[in-house]
Amino acid sequence: MRIVLDESKCSSLGMCESVAPDFFEVRDDGALELLNPTPPGDQRALMEEAVAACPTSALSIEE
Amino acid sequence: MPEAPFVVVGASLAGLRAVESARKAGYSGRLLLVGAEEHLPYDRPPLSKAFLDPGDDPAMPHHRTDDELRALDVELRLGVPATALDTDAREIVLGGEEQLRYERLVIATGARARQLPGEQLDGVHTLRTVEDARSIRGALDAGRRMVVVGGGFIGSEVASAARKRNVDVTILEAAPLPLVRAVGEQMAAACADLHARNGTELRCGVSVTGLEGEGRVEGVALSDGSVLPADLVVVGIGADPVTDWLIASGLHVEDGVVCDETLRAGPEVYAAGDVARWHNALFGRTMRLEHWTSAAEQGAAAARNALAPARATPYSAVPYFWSDWYRDKLQMVGITAADEVTVIGDLDDARWLALYRQDDLLVGTLGLNMPGKIMKYRAMIGWRTAWQDALAFAGR
Repeated sequence: MRIVLDESKCSSLGMCESVAPDFFEVRDDGALELLNPTPPGDQRALMEEAVAACPTSALSIEE
Repeated sequence: MPEAPFVVVGASLAGLRAVESARKAGYSGRLLLVGAEEHLPYDRPPLSKAFLDPGDDPAMPHHRTDDELRALDVELRLGVPATALDTDAREIVLGGEEQLRYERLVIATGARARQLPGEQLDGVHTLRTVEDARSIRGALDAGRRMVVVGGGFIGSEVASAARKRNVDVTILEAAPLPLVRAVGEQMAAACADLHARNGTELRCGVSVTGLEGEGRVEGVALSDGSVLPADLVVVGIGADPVTDWLIASGLHVEDGVVCDETLRAGPEVYAAGDVARWHNALFGRTMRLEHWTSAAEQGAAAARNALAPARATPYSAVPYFWSDWYRDKLQMVGITAADEVTVIGDLDDARWLALYRQDDLLVGTLGLNMPGKIMKYRAMIGWRTAWQDALAFAGR
């Protein structure tokens, strides 16, 4: 599983970080950092929650 | 006779998340999504932001395509408002005539924009629906002189859009300061100052006594006796939960559908989103939030709990909203009822943070252009972090 970020959609709202702070972090300049773009399989539910939490649909999961 | 469906009333974000969550939870029976608007669920925050930007007409900000909803096997009843609910008979009425039995119900009818009293003139708009946003776009393209009634977030965002087109704007606020309910008394002035920085006039302590014009608005009459010329008026004086259809339902309605901490409003009835007033255990109080994140999360939680009431889990959350003004981003997490507010940084700068203390706890944080910090404070509020620890984290 790979987390894909569409930077053109991301507006630094930080909901992904709120759901999964070990995997997402908004930097001070507003850029989103993927702390681990290929999370282990046992994190799937959390990743799906983080993707769904994004108000601008900037995140997706690729297999 | 077919089985009674799981019905979700309200086809915006909370309603959409409710049907998606029901399927994700394994519910395979009939699922019906009812919406008063004729559109597939669409996203509202952009309507007062990017949707109003100058340029080509923006696309409809749909959350899901028709195909995506079909894949969920959701029956759509769009363009038909629910007009009554009978919780004893487990029945709703659609469009005043069609009776529909339900097995379980999620109420997500949202809120509607408050209007000014009196006759409606052309050129006077509220902003809630995509039609409203399209009308305001068109009016901004043609407009020269806009008056915004209400200094809240919608009004401030529309004023920002107008300034991008060099339309003159005056914001009117009846209270001595705008945004007091949203950000608290201590920080309202700092937020209001963003308007002055961007060339928008903000007049506080004046109310609207009437609108002038024959058929079409030409001016706004104020309580101080003056008249402001205007060819476009946007009214942003808040929204009321859509509960008029629930009068005879037997549910407890009081500024929203009153729910327990699991979002349960009555037998087999749950509520979510702007319409829901629920007990947020994290803060030990009831709240009704008109925020994107709570609508999404409550929609999902309400459907899960409706499907398994015996195993219902409380929904508690640190409130979060954001607002885009000019080139600035305001973000607020937590609550504003505070004994003390400490500002980290200088309010004259382009970025600052404000920390809200209640007793010895951090309960809220407001940031201007601080996207990298705000979620760290949201987490700390959720953990019930001691005030001294929050100050230490902030470098105090």
